[in-house]
Amino acid sequence: MILTLHTRRRMVNVVALALSGAATAIGLLFLGWILWVTLKNGISALNLQLFTRISAYGAEGGLANAIVGSVFMDLLALLLCVPIGVLAGVFLGEYANRSKLGSTIRFLNDILLSAPSIVLGLFVYVIVVVPSSQLTGGAVSFSGVAGAIALALIGLPVIVRTTDEMLQLVPNTLREAALSLGVPQWKLTLQVLMRVAASGIVTGVLLALARLAGETAPLLFTAFGNNFMTLNPLDATASIPVTIYQYTNDPNPAMHAIAWAGALLITLLVLALSLLARSYLKRNRITYD
Amino acid sequence: MPLNPALDPPATPPSSSAPHQRADARHDAWFRYLVRACALLVLAALVGAMLSTLWGGREVLFGDGLHFLTSSDWDPVNNIYGAWAPIYGTLVTSLIALLLAVPASFGIALFLTEIAPPWLRGPVSTAIELLASIPSIIYGMWGLFVFVPFMASIEPALSATLGRIPVVGALFDGPPLGLGLLTAGIVLSIMILPFISSVMREVFQTVPARLKESAYALGSTTWEVVWHIVLPYTRTAVIGGIFLGLGRALGETMAVTFVLGSSYDLTTSLLMPGTTISSSIANEFNEAVGLHRSALIALGFLLFVVTFIVLLIARLMLRRLALREGRS
Repeated sequence: MILTLHTRRRMVNVVALALSGAATAIGLLFLGWILWVTLKNGISALNLQLFTRISAYGAEGGLANAIVGSVFMDLLALLLCVPIGVLAGVFLGEYANRSKLGSTIRFLNDILLSAPSIVLGLFVYVIVVVPSSQLTGGAVSFSGVAGAIALALIGLPVIVRTTDEMLQLVPNTLREAALSLGVPQWKLTLQVLMRVAASGIVTGVLLALARLAGETAPLLFTAFGNNFMTLNPLDATASIPVTIYQYTNDPNPAMHAIAWAGALLITLLVLALSLLARSYLKRNRITYD
Repeated sequence: MPLNPALDPPATPPSSSAPHQRADARHDAWFRYLVRACALLVLAALVGAMLSTLWGGREVLFGDGLHFLTSSDWDPVNNIYGAWAPIYGTLVTSLIALLLAVPASFGIALFLTEIAPPWLRGPVSTAIELLASIPSIIYGMWGLFVFVPFMASIEPALSATLGRIPVVGALFDGPPLGLGLLTAGIVLSIMILPFISSVMREVFQTVPARLKESAYALGSTTWEVVWHIVLPYTRTAVIGGIFLGLGRALGETMAVTFVLGSSYDLTTSLLMPGTTISSSIANEFNEAVGLHRSALIALGFLLFVVTFIVLLIARLMLRRLALREGRS
């Protein structure tokens, strides 16, 4: 059969469009598959014991210490990276918007955004864990603080970027109005711009939390893990992701069930946070990758 | 915009506020130093990560030098460390991931920008981007408990078909373990899919409608418009997006650690277990002492330098499009 040029072109078109539809379907299929497996295994493993018992009980235990440790380190990480990130974003958006230093830092911040998290863990291991162990003769080595610093490094670039982009959206007339009244620039930034951009910055915080709450690799050699409950920032601290990692490596299926329950908790938290943040960002036409 | 109390004029007349102005100037200077210091911390984090891993791995990097890079002998018992096996594994898994994810991302971007009805675009692109939010440890668990058994069930068929082709066949030869380089590459490709496709989708939308409409008016099919107009117009940024995905794939840890099977044996078969830089670090670091630990930190340094270069290229290419758009 001889195809006319017209038929051939139309066939190529139909095949290409069908393949692109198939690619989208495959992407959605994998999303559905992963979420379905996590939901199914996670829900069947949910029970009250998860929230009341610590992991020292092993297969009969729960995740209480990991949940507390995760919340503790995530909050500590936010405490570190939110003020620094917002101020750095202010520098980029307000003080160095067109300068060479500003665009260099903006550029490097984007690289930090996608840097391998395990290397950030090694970085904190070398500059925090090793020195603290040497200074205290081994009494303080792996610690919740070290874990929080590593997580803060994951969240920092997200907050810098959203703050910077939110400030770009503030109309210049607002700055000019305040400056013409003799308001000093620091007051303009903290009392005017921050209020206008506040909801956007909160979105950045949610995005940062969504990113750092699911991280495992940077915690392995900084916070390590702990079978007991602790709120001492100088102790090794358990977290949900690291506990999932350890329990998945365990041959006992009862441990796997606990790991799935942890996986469900962390997935629900992260998805809820990122959906919330995304719906806001979409409304404000901010890109985030 | 409601009037802000901070915008109200000061109560004191300007003439009597000279000391006040001096204080304002001082506070302004302090505040400027503060925000600049915070911004420099971003710089410090990157430089610090590079220098600290270089320092931590100095014994191996400066002791063994080139031997560390080229040797595939990783023997903690005898304290001999050659990084070739993890480097090879990292490159192979990332390459597989790109080979699968780039065409798929292109398809998704094409679907979302040209084919899908407008009401479908938002939900589908959000769903694809959700793939990027799922923590990598979840990919790892799903990979180990669900995807590895699945791969084990289809690998005999792969060996029987693709494995028989000359030359290429060696890649698909081996026992159906489920674990291995191919499985890790596929899991990675799913992880980087949302990053590449969202960049492609965004830049495809920047193509002027005028150009596309002209091509359609000349009788082009949708595919011809995308292939001959949209893709050439956005080429730089598309390559940038691909490099962004590559940067992610190279550094990903948790998703691949479970499904690789951690083996330092070099094989041509993609069905055999292997290791990557990041999974070697994750698996061995807490048991390692002395030179072993130094070798793992040196691996981290290598990984950081390579991903830094890849991401640098990615961002430069993405920025070129942004500059043309007049956005930055």
